[in-house]
Amino acid sequence: MADRAGPLAVALTLLLLGLTGAPAFGASPVDLYEFDDAAQQARYRALIAELRCPKCLNTNLAGSDAPIAQDLRRTVHRLITVEGMSDGEIRGYLQARYGDFVLYDPPFRPDTWVLWLAPAGLLLIGLVVLLRMLRRPPAPPLSADEAAQLRALVDQD
Amino acid sequence: MSRASLFVPVTVFALIVGVGYVGFSLNDPHELPSALLGKPFPDFEAPLLSEPQRTVRRDDLLGEPVLVNVWATWCPTCAAEHDELLRIRDETGLRIIGVNYKDEPDKARRWLLTYGDPYDLVIQDPTGALGVELGVYGAPETFLLDSRGTIVYKRVGDINRRIWRDELGPKVAEVTGRSDFNG
Repeated sequence: MADRAGPLAVALTLLLLGLTGAPAFGASPVDLYEFDDAAQQARYRALIAELRCPKCLNTNLAGSDAPIAQDLRRTVHRLITVEGMSDGEIRGYLQARYGDFVLYDPPFRPDTWVLWLAPAGLLLIGLVVLLRMLRRPPAPPLSADEAAQLRALVDQD
Repeated sequence: MSRASLFVPVTVFALIVGVGYVGFSLNDPHELPSALLGKPFPDFEAPLLSEPQRTVRRDDLLGEPVLVNVWATWCPTCAAEHDELLRIRDETGLRIIGVNYKDEPDKARRWLLTYGDPYDLVIQDPTGALGVELGVYGAPETFLLDSRGTIVYKRVGDINRRIWRDELGPKVAEVTGRSDFNG
């Protein structure tokens, strides 16, 4: 019995190792950066969570394995610790080079106002339609003839 | 409820489909509009691939229109566009500067020996720092600068005959004032 359990146990162990080990290889990389203080580190974390990886359609800098995301994380670290830039300046720095794409929220400009105002506009239209439906007078009660007609229809079957 | 108002939902639906269709087919979402168009090429100082002890600066790119091509040996699309760069260089005499992006200098030099060298000079950017200044997010990327170093055109992806004929060639003709750039 013990002889037969041996290979089975090995197989199970390998299977479990495979299952648990695999995600570890796929996990996004952890960069080791040093900061002057905890506040800098917190700003770095917030910025790489906020900024979008230019190579990816919907991943932030923090969550991407793309080499460019790695480069930009290093750039953000340098801008904080060496250049001493403010958060706004760092956003501006990347926006100047990679465009509005790196900011998930597009700026409010003449060519983007539709984007920003459309949801509010649609909500307003919906409210107006809803109000008009609610304020519509109730249908008048059926006349004796109509009531008889309805009863005839219902009783048909 | 009037008969006409029955068509309201259908019309709204058709509008949404129409806007969606146009919106999604307008452009490739992977292709970012360049933030650097019309802006000056950034200041930089970087070593030459051929002579690493010599450095090149922004001033070395000025004086005549120049094509700046960001490439690497690890980039398959760069191999695909290489012949077209050689052709442009041979047939038009346009000055082409290479930016060897996040690459190993030895491999890059060997590549140019093997496949031919379309570049006037090649700048090393081993860490991708110049790439960040240029808003590069992949290779190849190609910039056209006018003689004063303003970026007048940017292409993400390979340069090929079609791109030359439809986009790059006409731009080059515009900045050089020469009309003999036809695909």
